[in-house]
Amino acid sequence: MRLEKHPILSFQRGESFTFTFDGKPMTAFGGESIAAALHAAGHKTLSHSLRHERPRGFFCAIGKCSSCMMEVDGIPNVKTCLVLAEPDMEVRTQTGWGELRAVPKKRLYPRRELPALKTDVAVVGAGPAGLSAAIYASRHGARVMVFEENSQIGGQLIKQTHMFFGSRDHHAGVRGIDIGDKLIGQLGEAVQIFTSTPVVGYYAPGVLAVIKDNRLHKVEAEKIIVAAGASENMLAFPNNDLPGVYGAGAVQTLMNVYGILPGRRMLMVGAGNIGVIVAYQALQAGMEVAAVVEALPTIGAYQVHASKLRRCGVPILTRHTIKRAFGDSSVVGATIMKIDDKWRPVEGTEEDIKVDTICLSVGLKPTTEIFYQAGCRMLTIPELGGEVPYRNEYMETSVPGIYVAGDASSIEEASSAMLEGRLAGLDAVEQLKGSSQEIHLQKGEVEESLRELRAGPFGEKIRAGEEKMKQEGSSA
Amino acid sequence: MNSYLEKGYLNLDDITIPSVDRRAKGPVAVIECVQEIPCNPCQDACPRGAITIPGSINNIPRIDFATCNGCAICVANCPGLAIFVVDETYAEDRALVGMPYEFLPLPEKGEEVSLLDRSGAPIGVGIVERVRNAKAQDRTPIVFLSMERELSMLVRFFRRIDL
Repeated sequence: MRLEKHPILSFQRGESFTFTFDGKPMTAFGGESIAAALHAAGHKTLSHSLRHERPRGFFCAIGKCSSCMMEVDGIPNVKTCLVLAEPDMEVRTQTGWGELRAVPKKRLYPRRELPALKTDVAVVGAGPAGLSAAIYASRHGARVMVFEENSQIGGQLIKQTHMFFGSRDHHAGVRGIDIGDKLIGQLGEAVQIFTSTPVVGYYAPGVLAVIKDNRLHKVEAEKIIVAAGASENMLAFPNNDLPGVYGAGAVQTLMNVYGILPGRRMLMVGAGNIGVIVAYQALQAGMEVAAVVEALPTIGAYQVHASKLRRCGVPILTRHTIKRAFGDSSVVGATIMKIDDKWRPVEGTEEDIKVDTICLSVGLKPTTEIFYQAGCRMLTIPELGGEVPYRNEYMETSVPGIYVAGDASSIEEASSAMLEGRLAGLDAVEQLKGSSQEIHLQKGEVEESLRELRAGPFGEKIRAGEEKMKQEGSSA
Repeated sequence: MNSYLEKGYLNLDDITIPSVDRRAKGPVAVIECVQEIPCNPCQDACPRGAITIPGSINNIPRIDFATCNGCAICVANCPGLAIFVVDETYAEDRALVGMPYEFLPLPEKGEEVSLLDRSGAPIGVGIVERVRNAKAQDRTPIVFLSMERELSMLVRFFRRIDL
């Protein structure tokens, strides 16, 4: 179902057209991904698991989970959450590994090597961290290329309808969607943006492989800033793979980017800030929220976020978990139950609830493949989200010239991601073009703002993680 | 342990509330934000300087009830939608409570609504007196509801009845 009205958003849809899905005509509007258009028509099943052929829908909606892969115009394994629907496109549910039934219009591997794209700074990911890095590096004279696998830039900001926290100097009080627009407005001419262009590999020294319009390109960069974000964690329970089980970010993408509801009634799992905020956004979009369950004894979200959800009458059940989802082809309900202080299920407390959407908000994991490929020293720091690259105070990893910023470096807020991006951008351009009083001052300001953001009790975890990172630096 | 960590909503004694005397003098803002989180737009929003966050942006906002005139500008500026305006002088035995409301459709003036407390439980019936939705509020309308005076510190949301 497509939303026409929303209290915060106005949806700018393009012209409507038809494409085919397993031979049947399907309507889409310009700017909709294939998967979003299928959702609008009620088709949540996009693929099937390889071994047991269980129905699968997308979990992440941002190109990370690979559950949305379908055959598009004869080419299998197309991530339909990333690729926009086009008139007369032929979309098919693929079976098994898929088989190449058409030759891509352009050859992926041309007979002669394409000339390399050359730039001072290459940024991987056009979210808050990547865009901030590009803005600050280019302001001081670097030529920057930004590569983004999604069709829109702004990363997760484009679906954040709520006003941000932080300090007034750093966009606090402004809605995430509008912060994204502000960042885009600050991009100067020295920044080139490549959308729908995934980075698929790193080759030493300083070479990235990217795919643009089905062709493989080589990018040569003096400095590389990886702001690839994070993927949402899964939770183990029977039927967790049913279509209708989504990561919180996927629900936000459907509701807030495309104005398409994933269902009518939702169970939210996880009462951290994201879980509580997305539950509230679901109410704003017109969904019902049956409950928020949280395994911990306390709510992790800010009290103000929890309070605004509670006063709408949505229960937040601490020490509760999801026992199972049920449904044949998609979710039709869930069983929730209490757990005791030793995390054991309390028998007899099971309760079946009728929901068609189960939304998981149980943490995020940094996207780190490129760092492994580049041979960056990796650390396990649970406070920062698990496996993260070692980096110094200016976000440079153990491989000189490769930087990290945002959720790829530690799972935190967009406000700190923007600051980390600035820091990486400033340091990269300083190394390239030489230092200046201005760069020096700006770096100091950013460091101070980061310290301030992380100073309160909610910053405790990140501070502990940062401390471990520092110790690793001095012991290396 | 504070019960809001478990339940998600505040009790009256978690909040710094204006005295009965202050409330008898006219409209006043009530800030329902009790955790140290990095946030400070309320401080800059107040045209009278009644709200301060001294030192770190993580500190809890303080409001000087004597300086506050209940203008409600802070209500739409709070990212946590945690500020309300209470006017116990609205009418004889009736109070007016202003609250942020980011939902559609907006209620109509004169409409009867079900009044909800902080936990979302219905505790009475109120009347929509006005809906303020200026451009500067950036899509956070404020709905002002009149109600029995003794409900003024309890009602924090509402539900439309005939939907």
